[in-house]
Amino acid sequence: MLEKILASTLCGIIRILTGVRAIWRGTQPEARARVYYANHRSHGDFILIWAILPAEIRAATRPVAGADYWLRGRLRRYLIEHVFRGVLIDRHVKRGDDPIGTMLGPLAAGESLIVFPEGTRNQGDGVLPFKSGIHHLAEKCSGIEFVPVWIENLGRALPKGGMMIVPLLCTVTVGAPLRLEPGERRADFLARCREALLALEPAE
Amino acid sequence: MNMTALEYSPSYTLLLVFAGIAGTLLVASLIGFILRTCLTGGRTNPVIFNLNARINAWWVMVLILALAFWIGNTAVVVLFAFISFQALREYISVTYTRRGDYRALLWCFFCFLPLQYWLIGIGWYGLFSILIPVYAFLLLPISSTLGADTTRFLERAAKVQWGLMICVYCLSHVPALLALDIAGFEGRNLQLIVFLLLIVQSSDVFQYVWGKLLGRRKLAPEISPSKTLEGLIGGVLTSTAVGAALWWITPFTWWQAALIALTVNVLGFFGGFVLSAIKRDRGIKDWGHMIEGHGGMLDRVDSVSFSAPIFFHIVRYWWNV
Repeated sequence: MLEKILASTLCGIIRILTGVRAIWRGTQPEARARVYYANHRSHGDFILIWAILPAEIRAATRPVAGADYWLRGRLRRYLIEHVFRGVLIDRHVKRGDDPIGTMLGPLAAGESLIVFPEGTRNQGDGVLPFKSGIHHLAEKCSGIEFVPVWIENLGRALPKGGMMIVPLLCTVTVGAPLRLEPGERRADFLARCREALLALEPAE
Repeated sequence: MNMTALEYSPSYTLLLVFAGIAGTLLVASLIGFILRTCLTGGRTNPVIFNLNARINAWWVMVLILALAFWIGNTAVVVLFAFISFQALREYISVTYTRRGDYRALLWCFFCFLPLQYWLIGIGWYGLFSILIPVYAFLLLPISSTLGADTTRFLERAAKVQWGLMICVYCLSHVPALLALDIAGFEGRNLQLIVFLLLIVQSSDVFQYVWGKLLGRRKLAPEISPSKTLEGLIGGVLTSTAVGAALWWITPFTWWQAALIALTVNVLGFFGGFVLSAIKRDRGIKDWGHMIEGHGGMLDRVDSVSFSAPIFFHIVRYWWNV
């Protein structure tokens, strides 16, 4: 209960600070397992996606986050484990780790994921090349929808290393879902997902 | 100095003016209601829908302004600080900056904006008139250079400075009117703000009305598709007449009030024009979505931004003791 209140409070604060506006272009929020993938420029990115989802869908949507960052410190650990209910992945994969398996659990249980396929926060313009993780997911979970989400301005408002938020107005644009086509090669699928994401970027 | 301005007490004068505005809005709402129910016969017409949204937003804006006036000078300064904050927010949100500008942007929002309005609040003319043109102008690019990123550097530095000038410096000249000291006009400076806002905003409204009623010749479709020559002339003249009719709340005679209103209206028009050019360049229609039917805050105050400093200087040069 406390975690739920904390989650809505945090979403409310981020909504006020960023004046975030959701643009659902090509899909609507739906209560089923999906993979939302977004461009990554700020540590606040997944909270912003969370903040635009209706509460009941938010409760079943879990951010995939770096364990190395989030398990440091008791507050962070509490937030990611109990409030955000993150799916924690170690970014420096060791022998015996199975990050894809960890992500498949929630999807099989009907929950959605938020992933950042660039793998790290991009400090420049555009989108970095995608890591292959979403392709593995698509192979293991046939038919699952990949929903591109473009986050505009949060990278400027709260960049890597920034502690205070510049009160810029952010938008979150959600595009039409993609699926892995039969026989589609990894590089083609990753490129297609990346193109679909870039297509949502407002013209410069 | 005409003494008619002193016939009514300051609060009674403001009450009369706001009653007049409320009456006008009432008529507007009635017309909007008739157009919606009778003319369109239940079908939704986008122009009439937008007209009603605009009128409703006017009610809200006038109520907020009236509330600030009722509370007093500090509330007016705080209100304009908020308006500047929102306008700057909209401006920077569509302006290209990079990681290296992060600190400069923090300085804009959390140092220069509050400091400017604090100086206005304490009436320190010597500093508020140079804070942004001199100190922000020099310090912000220093902060950006420390980001060690030269990509499009001059463009970035210039855009941030420009936004601060339009959204904070220029707009802050509205509450700065409170710091003026006019003989025989003591305790009535809020009336100068009412006069300025009323003629600038009524000029925008009348340009819209005349443009919709008689507009034929497009003024500059590549900059603003909705502006027409008929709208411009009708709007500026009507609003100049409004200014002349309001001479009794100002320290001006009726012809001085008309002349000042004309100047302010022409500048206000070009304010909207210049900011439209920026919007077209950025490929956007409105600055934001804050005010239903109007767009963003900056869409509503672009004309105020261009006219407020000039109005301030006219009054300060000829009337300030």
